[in-house]
Amino acid sequence: MKSLTKIIILAAILAGLAAPSYAESIVIEGSTTVLPIAQRAAEEFMNKDSAADISVRGGGSGVGIASLIAKTCDIADASRAMKDQELEQAVARGVDPVANVVAMDGIAMVVNSSNPIDALTKQQVKDIFTGKISYWSELGGANEPIVVVSRDSASGTFESFGELALDKQKVRKDALMEASNGAVASTIARTPNAIGYVGLGFISTSGLKPLALNGVMPSKKTVLSKKYALSRPLFMYTNGKPQGLVKDFLDFVLSKEGQALVGEEGYVELN
Amino acid sequence: MVKEKIYKWLFCILAFSSLFFLLGITVILFKEGLPVFKQVSLPHFLFGRDWYPTHEEAEFGILPLIVASVWVTLGAMFFCVPLGIGSALYINELATERQKAFLKPLVEILAGIPSVVYGFFGMAIAAPFLQRLLNIPVGLCAFTASLILGIMAVPTVCSIAEDALNCVPRSFREASFALGANRWQTLVKVVVPAAGSGISTAVILGMSRAIGETMTVLMVSGGAAVIPKSIFDPVRPMTSTIAAEMGEAVVGSLHYQSLFAIGIILFLITFIFNIIAELVSRRFRIKLGLCG
Repeated sequence: MKSLTKIIILAAILAGLAAPSYAESIVIEGSTTVLPIAQRAAEEFMNKDSAADISVRGGGSGVGIASLIAKTCDIADASRAMKDQELEQAVARGVDPVANVVAMDGIAMVVNSSNPIDALTKQQVKDIFTGKISYWSELGGANEPIVVVSRDSASGTFESFGELALDKQKVRKDALMEASNGAVASTIARTPNAIGYVGLGFISTSGLKPLALNGVMPSKKTVLSKKYALSRPLFMYTNGKPQGLVKDFLDFVLSKEGQALVGEEGYVELN
Repeated sequence: MVKEKIYKWLFCILAFSSLFFLLGITVILFKEGLPVFKQVSLPHFLFGRDWYPTHEEAEFGILPLIVASVWVTLGAMFFCVPLGIGSALYINELATERQKAFLKPLVEILAGIPSVVYGFFGMAIAAPFLQRLLNIPVGLCAFTASLILGIMAVPTVCSIAEDALNCVPRSFREASFALGANRWQTLVKVVVPAAGSGISTAVILGMSRAIGETMTVLMVSGGAAVIPKSIFDPVRPMTSTIAAEMGEAVVGSLHYQSLFAIGIILFLITFIFNIIAELVSRRFRIKLGLCG
């Protein structure tokens, strides 16, 4: 009996020593925009390498970056670049964040499909979201109040939109704040006078109509060429240069196969 | 003997553990929240009209959030007081034994539904329906939030009010009947006044329940940090602000501290509600000299 216990303990120790080279595990956390990419890629990756253990969580870009700084995740998904304050914090804690661009995303302006408006200028979008324009009639539409739908300030999409479309001005106070791309899409699909913004992956939701911006429709092509004004890169931040399983995973995401998944999820491939 | 002492101490510790948790939460709440007032003055925090916590020129005025919480809670009372007290009166006074055995558990099941389910119902069904019915610009607004919160608070109000009615001594009713009063007169002139403070307690605890509710308002109130002009405007109550933004706030930042400070305000409000409810119900027990 005693020798059996010894053998078990010995085996456990050996397994523990051997573990790093086999059953490595990584945690990915952050932006809900990058989440579908990370999830699909992790699934496919684990199908190939059954020893790898990758757990993927959402939470928002800020949450992911905070976790990277606190060293509780290995890859932080982000739909915006890190802020100076976050970089300082990272340095203070001995974390060296490295940005890896994994895909491009466009922020599409969308209205309810019953809305007669087809196109807006960037200036008009800015005026609507900062409160200068409040009625559709001012844009050639019906004499109805505009219901402005925005993302919650916790989302990377909100911050990217603020920088790309509003020149960092404040969003009007009476804008509805929704927690996810899906929630924005469903609110607009149900509200005839609403306008909002969603990731490119969501514009095919039924009941929505994407708008041309400065005469350019949001599409993969126009986003990748940056012709479309509201385009942005999507990041996977790592602590230092990617190594080990983290490197293998990122290599997979950037490979032809990984980028095909990016396309399938409605985002824009890099190549 | 020794065994008995051990048990006594064990249960003593268990009994005091909730005190320990309460103290811990209170201390953390104040420790994390109070530093915000070093940089934002208290009047500016309480009465400022702009809530832009993540903007470069951040502003931390929570008046729109306080107004939203009060607005939605009062609206909820509008629905849950008649529903809750009405059903308590029916269950206690008019229902037959069989109806009672059926209705009481039913109301309690209502209390057992998770708030996220109410929120989902409000978002997917009630909001679009009210939007079409009332022809309002958007269904996610203070009115919808009030309606859903009102329904959620019905079990609290109903079961406490029902207990209060139950506590009115039979002799009161018998005396009233003996004087020739009919059932309605007895109910309105004797039973309800006698249970009055118990019913008030029920209403106050219902308010406490409504103002502290988070998930539902996060999903149905719309989330616009603006002082509402009508009951059909989208609003952003204090609880949903904390829930929506805490995940994103950088730990130790001004935003993080201000969310804790909102927590302090919310804590004080519900604390005051509970004290009032306790005082009122104590008066009620003394008045009847029963049901201690």
